[in-house]
Amino acid sequence: MDADEQSRGFKHDRSEKCKEVFSLLSDYLNLELPPETCAEMEAHIGACPPCVEFTESLRKTVELCHQYKPSEMPAPLGASTREQLLDAYRKMMESRKSLPA
Amino acid sequence: MAGDAEAFDSFVGHFRAKIFHYSWLMCGQREDAEDVAQDTLLKAFESFDQLREPERIRPWIFRIARNACLMKRRKSVFAPQNELSLDEFLPAMEREAGQVKLQIADCSGLPDQSLMRAEMKDVLDRAIGELPEAYKSVLLMRDVEELSTQETAHVLDLTPDVVKTRLHRARLAVRQKLDEYLRGGAVALARQTGGRQDGRG
Repeated sequence: MDADEQSRGFKHDRSEKCKEVFSLLSDYLNLELPPETCAEMEAHIGACPPCVEFTESLRKTVELCHQYKPSEMPAPLGASTREQLLDAYRKMMESRKSLPA
Repeated sequence: MAGDAEAFDSFVGHFRAKIFHYSWLMCGQREDAEDVAQDTLLKAFESFDQLREPERIRPWIFRIARNACLMKRRKSVFAPQNELSLDEFLPAMEREAGQVKLQIADCSGLPDQSLMRAEMKDVLDRAIGELPEAYKSVLLMRDVEELSTQETAHVLDLTPDVVKTRLHRARLAVRQKLDEYLRGGAVALARQTGGRQDGRG
């Protein structure tokens, strides 16, 4: 069997259910699926090592994004910009104080 | 007045950094990102009475920032809009000792709760930075700022279903980049040299 034939064979090893899991995985990780769909996915993933592996890999990716912090920070505010913003802030606070209770 | 200045510094310090980061990733220019952060805060203070639900201040501020970014981009170069297809992220499979395995890296190599390694952070910077704009904005709102699907839809003027679709594809694209990094850049190298990964579903 040459590489192309092997590759075609491997495609067939990925079931339609695996593809469905693949397409719904973020909704699953976000807990945004209906309970019955979620249960179906869990039943499949529990019996499918490649789906377990891929689910874990995507879950770790999401965790890394949650931890992601900016590399670049803005330059310190210049005095005139700070004054302009502070002025707008104070006007906002004044208008809020003058609102009827 | 001293109390006002303290609250102001705390508010500005918090939101300016967040808006700058979002704008820097969306606009790609430090100067534009500084402008967007400043314009957004000014507009937020001037139109604060339009915020009906104070607990939703983050999506409200990001919506202002997103509009300011769009204005900036209209004045500069439009980035091409690429669509990401789900199929391009299906990992290849291989058979090993009679078992079907995915050709992906062992993700136990990814830092979990520990501090992100500097090298990994660079990879994540690039992976997020290279996403097409439509996907990047969704990933930044949902996974970096951790806004809800509904809040993200409101910020970006999208339906919740579009947010979900784009988020999934953005995550898959980022996962693929991290995977390439963990596999020692072999896949990236193969792509750069015109090699093909067989076995995509």
